[in-house]
Amino acid sequence: MAPDSAVWLYAVTRGVPAERLAGLAGVGGGPVGLVEAAGLVAVVGTVPLAEFGEEPLARNLENLPWLETVARAHHHVVDTVARFGPVVPTRLATVYRDGARVGAVLMQRQAEFGTALDRVAGRVEWGVKAYAVPGASATAALVPDRVDERPGLAYLRRRRAQLAGRELAQQAALHSADQVHDVLGRHAEAARRHTPQDRRLIGDTGWMVLNGAYLAAAAATAEFATVVRELADRHPTIRLELTGPWPPYSFVAVQAGEAQR
Amino acid sequence: MTAPLASNSADPAPYRPVALVDLLDRVLAAGVVVDGEVTLSIADVDLVHISLRALLCSAGALRQQTEGPPG
Repeated sequence: MAPDSAVWLYAVTRGVPAERLAGLAGVGGGPVGLVEAAGLVAVVGTVPLAEFGEEPLARNLENLPWLETVARAHHHVVDTVARFGPVVPTRLATVYRDGARVGAVLMQRQAEFGTALDRVAGRVEWGVKAYAVPGASATAALVPDRVDERPGLAYLRRRRAQLAGRELAQQAALHSADQVHDVLGRHAEAARRHTPQDRRLIGDTGWMVLNGAYLAAAAATAEFATVVRELADRHPTIRLELTGPWPPYSFVAVQAGEAQR
Repeated sequence: MTAPLASNSADPAPYRPVALVDLLDRVLAAGVVVDGEVTLSIADVDLVHISLRALLCSAGALRQQTEGPPG
């Protein structure tokens, strides 16, 4: 290993057919390889230290186009590898001096990786996001103008009803989000809620009330989608969006801080 | 891009472009945390914080993407 390069760790698996990785472009455009130890197989790539060393990395992470390219390359490799068996993806930007250090990590944390691989085997992650539907509450519209009322008063009354309606709609949306999360959790092996995405990032799609992740059997894909569709019908105050299937990114934390059900 | 609700989820494509915000939720805030020796000092909090700042600075660019035609 040349001293001007480092090893990027994508994921830990129980095995990947090496020939299926041929031609796969990883982070930094480099090839993807394997490091085997302790009955585990780490999926790795070589990256230049000039770009991925500690200092340049910290700088580059603040550069959105760079971050996007790297995140997509990382995901592409993880997603590809996930087709061949259970995968424990590592968080973005886990970089080692050389492959030997990666092997040492596999040996050190063999039991932990084994448990995580067992947990996600045969399962995929679904993302379900819910947005409050603007104007879902029609309260304001239901308040008719009284014929004998002065225009200014009528306006104030409508405005008050509008504000109260908006608050009710928000409460209803939050309540629906909790219910949706509960039901999806019952159809999943595990569930967690990510922080709702910042409105500045998602634009005018609405106020996000749920950013959920659900670990479900890969074989039950159609069933999960059906549950989501039924929930969407049952909860008009929110709009649901399904993403996935994802590799089980959200369910490999060793000590999950978030409540898992 | 985000899949339209359930329309094609019964037939998941092996690789489908995804929205960057959804991806970053997963590759930055989730995924198993193993200390890399090169990146040891980039702590959890830093990583999420740094990237969120990068995102917010470029929120306009990202929003255009997010609102683009579904892929």
